[in-house]
Order: sequence, then C-alpha cells, then structure tokens
Amino acid sequence: MKSFIRLFASLLICAVLVLSSVCRNTAADVHAADSSGNSDDNDTITETANDSEEVIKLRVCNWEEYIDLGEWDEEELIDLDNGAEIIGINSMVDDFEDWYYETYGKRVEVEYSCFGTNEDLYNMLTLGDVYDIVCPSEYLIMKLMAEEKLVPYSDEFFDENNEYNYYIKGVSPFIRENFETNEINGEKWSKYAAGYMWGVTGLVYNPEEITEEEASTWSILNNEKFSRRVTLKDNVRDSYFAALDILKADLLTDPDFINSEDYHERLAEEMNDVSPETIDAVQDILQDVQKNVYSFETDSGKADMVSGKVLANYQWSGDAVYTMDQADEDDFTLVFSVPREGTNLYFDGWVMLKSGIEEDAGKQHAAEAFVNFLSRPDNVVRNMYYIGYTSVIAGTEDDDTIFEYVNWCYGAEDDEEEVEDYSLGYFFSGNNDDEDYIITVPSEQTRRQLYAQYPTEDVIKRSAIMQYFDDDANKAINQMWINVRCYNIKDVPAGVWIFCIAVASLIILLVVLKLMSKRAYKKI
Amino acid sequence: MKGIRFTRKQLCIPYALFLICFVVLPLLVIIYYAFTNGEGRFTIDNLVGFFASPNTIGTLAYSMGVAVVTTCVCLLLAYPIAYILARSNLKRKYAIVMVFVLPMWINFTLRITALKEILTILEGNLAYYPFLNSVIGMTYDFLPFMILPLYTTLIKLDNSLLEAANDLGAGSAQTFFKVTLPLSLPGIISGIVMVFLPSMTNYVVLDMLYNSTYIMGSLIGSYFAAYDWHNGSMIALILLLIILIFTLFTNRYEEEDVERRGGALL
Repeated sequence: MKSFIRLFASLLICAVLVLSSVCRNTAADVHAADSSGNSDDNDTITETANDSEEVIKLRVCNWEEYIDLGEWDEEELIDLDNGAEIIGINSMVDDFEDWYYETYGKRVEVEYSCFGTNEDLYNMLTLGDVYDIVCPSEYLIMKLMAEEKLVPYSDEFFDENNEYNYYIKGVSPFIRENFETNEINGEKWSKYAAGYMWGVTGLVYNPEEITEEEASTWSILNNEKFSRRVTLKDNVRDSYFAALDILKADLLTDPDFINSEDYHERLAEEMNDVSPETIDAVQDILQDVQKNVYSFETDSGKADMVSGKVLANYQWSGDAVYTMDQADEDDFTLVFSVPREGTNLYFDGWVMLKSGIEEDAGKQHAAEAFVNFLSRPDNVVRNMYYIGYTSVIAGTEDDDTIFEYVNWCYGAEDDEEEVEDYSLGYFFSGNNDDEDYIITVPSEQTRRQLYAQYPTEDVIKRSAIMQYFDDDANKAINQMWINVRCYNIKDVPAGVWIFCIAVASLIILLVVLKLMSKRAYKKI
Repeated sequence: MKGIRFTRKQLCIPYALFLICFVVLPLLVIIYYAFTNGEGRFTIDNLVGFFASPNTIGTLAYSMGVAVVTTCVCLLLAYPIAYILARSNLKRKYAIVMVFVLPMWINFTLRITALKEILTILEGNLAYYPFLNSVIGMTYDFLPFMILPLYTTLIKLDNSLLEAANDLGAGSAQTFFKVTLPLSLPGIISGIVMVFLPSMTNYVVLDMLYNSTYIMGSLIGSYFAAYDWHNGSMIALILLLIILIFTLFTNRYEEEDVERRGGALL
C-alpha cells in the first residue's frame, strides 16, 4: 500500500511538472501578444486583453536566405533614376506586420521558419508540421496540387483594380503565361500558386581555362579534358536533367528539331522523358560523369569556383550571380553560359496550405497580403538585391522601379567603350522588340550577371519546365541515383577480397589456437 | 520531509518516461515503417531488397571499409601517444591530454573545412583520393575518442606488475605484449566502439571532402529525400542490428577479459 502511494505521488509530480511547463508556455504567448499590442503603436487604449484574439498568426515557411532581413549599411542605399530610394532597414517580415496593420487595421504576427530542400519541406508537411503559406519550387507545387493540399487564391487576389494587389498588377507577362498554360489535373498553376523567384540552370565557368565553345554544351561534365575539375549538383533532378541533355544532345541541337513548329512542346516532352530505357541510359551517363566530376556538391560549388578548385560548375542562375559577384570581389572573372541543348526553367512560388489556412478567411487574406507585399516593386528590389535571384515581378506601366533597378545594376556608364543593347522586353512587356525595355550594357555583361539574372529570349526559347515525377518514376529515378552513388560490391578489387579473407582466417586461427591452449591449461 | 521518500524504482520514472517518448516510440515507428510498404501492408521486401542489391551491400561494405581503416589508423596513432603520456613522469600530464582533446571544442565543420584546404595543398586535387581523404577526415575527427579511453586505462596500470615482469626476466617487448597490452584491452575496446560506430555513418565528412560515394548514413538520407521512408527505415534498422551485434560481441569480450585480468594478477 505504501509503495502504491509513493508511485502515485511520483506520477503526480510528473504530471504537475508537465502541466506547469504547458501553462507557462501559454502564459508566455498571451504575454507576448499583449506586449506587442502595447509597445508598437500610438492608440493603445483600445487594445486590451481581448486584443490577443484578434492577432492573426501567419505561419510562413521559406527557403533559407530567401528574403531581405534588413540591416543594410547606409551606403547600400539604392538610388534609382526614377527617384526611388530603396534601403532595407528592418526585415521584410517586420515591415509586413507594420504595413498590414496600417493598411487593414488588423494585427498579424508572422511566425517565420525555413527549410533546406523541397524534399525536406515535403517530409516536414507529411510529419504534420503546419504552415499557412510556403514557397516550394515548381515541381513540389505541382505535387502538392495533385495531392489537393492547396488552397486556391481568392478572386479578390486577381482583381487588378485593387491598388494593393501588387502581385497581379506587377507579375511579368512571361511568368503569367507560364503559370496560365501549365496545368495539373485540369487546373492552372496560377489558381494555386503565386510566383516569387525564377531562373534557369547553366554553367558558371572560368574563361581563362575553358573556351566559350567548350562551355556551350552539357557534355563538358564528361569532357575528360576537365577531369575532376567540374562539379554537378548533389540532387537527382538536376543531375537527371543534365544527363538527359547529354543523352539527347544530337536531337536537341538538330536544326530540324529546333525549327519545328511545336519545338517548345517537344522539348518539354524530351526533357520529361522518364521511360525505363531513358533512365537506364541516364544511369550510364551519370556513372561516367561521376568518374569525371570533382564532386556532386550541395553548397560548396560556389566557394570552390571562387577559390579556383573547379573550373566549371552546374549552377542555378541566382547562385551563379552570387558566385560571379564573389569572384569579382577577388578580381577573378567568371562567366555564365546556358548550354545549347536546353536549360531547366524553374520557379519558386507561394502556395497556401489547406492544413494551415483551414478556411479561415482572415488568415487567407493575410497570406495573400503577404504575397502582395513581397510583390510591391520596392520590396522586390530589396529582395533581389539581398538574395541575388530574379523576381517574377516586372512592375507596371506607371511603376518602372524594377526595370530601373536592372539598369542601375547593369546599365553602361557613359564612358564605357564596348557596349551592347540587351532586350528585356519579353520579360517586362511581353514583346521582346519593345524599345522601352532595351538597356545598353557593357559587352561583358551579356555573358555574366545580367545574362544569368535575366537570360535572353533565346535562352528562354530553349528552356523546359521539369515536371514532378509520379510515384513509379520517382522510385525508378531514385533507384537509378542510388545505383550511381553507391559502391557496387562487384567493384571490390580482387586484392581486397584476398586481404579480407586472409585477415578473417588469421583471426579464426588465433581464436582456435587460444581455445586449444586454454584446454591444455585446464588439463594441467 | 520525512514523509515522502522515494525508492530507487520511483526515481527512475522520469527517465523511463523520457526513454519511452524519445527512444522506444521512435524505434517502434522505425520498425513499423521498415516492415510495411507504401500501402501500409506488412512486407519483408525491404529487408530482402537490402541484401539482394549489390549496391546496398556494396555500401555496407564500403562503410565498413572506411570504419575499419579509420579505427585501425586511430588505434595505431593513439596507442603510442597514450602510452607515452601515461608512463611519462611529466607533472602536468592531464594538461597535455587536454591539448589532444582541444580540437574537439572547435566546431567540427570548421575543422573539416580547414582540413580540406590543407589536403588540397598536399594533394592538388582532392577528387582523386576520395577513400584516403575520408579516412584522414574521420581520423582527424575521432582521434580524441581513441586517445582518452586508452589514456585512462593506461594511467591506472599498476607499476608493480611491470616491475614484477622485469624481475622475472621479461624483456621490455615481452612485458608490453604479455602485461601492458592485455591490461589495456578494455581501453582499446571502448576506443574502438567509440570510433568504429560513428565512422560508419558520419557522411558529413565524406560530403565535405568530396567523396561522392554513399555510406550508410547518406544512403538512408537519399531514401528519405525520395519520400521512401520504408526502405530508409529498414536500412536504419539493419544498421542498428549491426551495431547491436557489435556491442554484444565487445561486451562479451570485456567480460572474458575481466576473468583473464584476474588470471594475470594471480
């Protein structure tokens, strides 16, 4: 009986401990909400305890380092020709909270978190992490759409007459077209996803060691001349894409194919070929590539390019800009190329999750406002300056801040000797011949940061979106990747086998000897 | 205060709760995933698949290879140092031991990044020697785990035993092999356990030193990245079993060793 009471007492103590920690958390939450209600603004009298109920909690999950965190130095101020002066003082998230309160009179508290890869995000969601709005890449957006996990944007979001609808008013016609024409289960992307950043894949290379011709094909990855001096991404989709380009190089560069009327559709089809024969062929190519590359890198490729360890590096355009910027700081010139076979056009976009929004109109409004706030031209510039990727927003006819920013970044100075005209019309107005959107840039920029950040229309023509793999294809391709990356037991050299067998028999021999000596010892 | 007194059993309850929440339950989840397929039905395909594929078996062999070589190198490097330190007459021995442990306090990514640069200077291009680099990286990382247990066993070594061996006419080599080495076996074994097991799965070192061959850790990761939790869990489980067998084996050896130590003392 006594021991029963003791058991009961100890359980009680545990329960009290657990409960008190839970209570402390909730108490802290209420306190935080209260203090944020009181500290920020002027008319605090109306905001009393019940205010904590009105705070909308918006759970945002974005890529790491994918939004302006503020704290710029004063000399970083971007001062554009159209009079706009842009600087990031506070983080974008804090600015959004203030802006939402000023605009809509409601408080929103953003819970901002980050993910490392699309696969991580998907696993986090599967494990039950709840977010209201997340920013995955196009293939995960497609997968989430197919699994019906997303909330469509409201009609209000697409109303171009609303002055705060910066996204729909500002999105580039080129991006809009892509989001309108791509469908999953008969539904357009644009209904469920709002673009954030976009780009193409290409090669960053060292022009002193590699010629333009050599870098104009994906085959550089298994060009023995650069043995162990090139890198590819440690990521099955990117590697698969590059290998497909190498595999189909003859077809993809055939003039008949390129000039065919349905070139774009056929290209997309070829770049999404996941038939078993193709997967096998890709495996052979990647096995060769593995013997030729310096590494399959996750994040080290940028630093290794700058330090000169590698000569060419498969890169996403935003990271390519960053790499070239870093190299420039060391007075080391790197250039960007988009191989002739084709390139992967990718997008990251904001999608709202059913599991988080739960038909809460207030929350959905805040989520949509968040996208709109990020799409406001000055914020677009802040984000682009901070992270180096290219926004999907082009601006409106009355607000050319973003075009001015491109001009501010890349436009030629008056005394520049070698200059070229560079058309950005396809992105800004939908017409590449539009004279308003031609900038004069130093010639080298047509192969460097500008080319990576805003590729030419030619590059866009040979770009394809890579779809998500369905379950069977996903399994087959992952198996292919494992086959490439794993050490095959059949490759163990004979010498190693002999050595292992020798060591094993030696050990057995020793054990037997020991046992025998023990027995002899016992006999004595 | 007199009223409430806990028995040992009751004091264990908080730990037991912790164990259940963070060890037993996750393990059950792993076992569940390992023996089910995408539709949630029981299957042993994952298990069979692991042993049937030359790639997964090859990965196991490769991980073992890295781990065995790393452990041997660590042992060969650490034993003389630990021995010399333990037997020396230096006054501040422990301070010198701390010098060996000191690198452990620096962030490990930073250390490997530095190592990468040093190896690049030495080798020119890291990509040509992936296996060697991995072993060097792991050795660099795990050497303190070998030195410490060896040092603590050797310092406890009774000097009178060595003197007795000398008196009975054993040469220094004979003394070492017949007395010192057997008596330091517990240290050797705990050192091996502490180096061997983590070096089978620590794929970060391989990644950072550009060894693009998978070891067990990266293989599990790649299955999870492809949303295939079932195969990933199965490999984790197999790894767990290997570790379990290994630990049981070393435990048994340690017990035997205690008997033998008794024998030696007699």
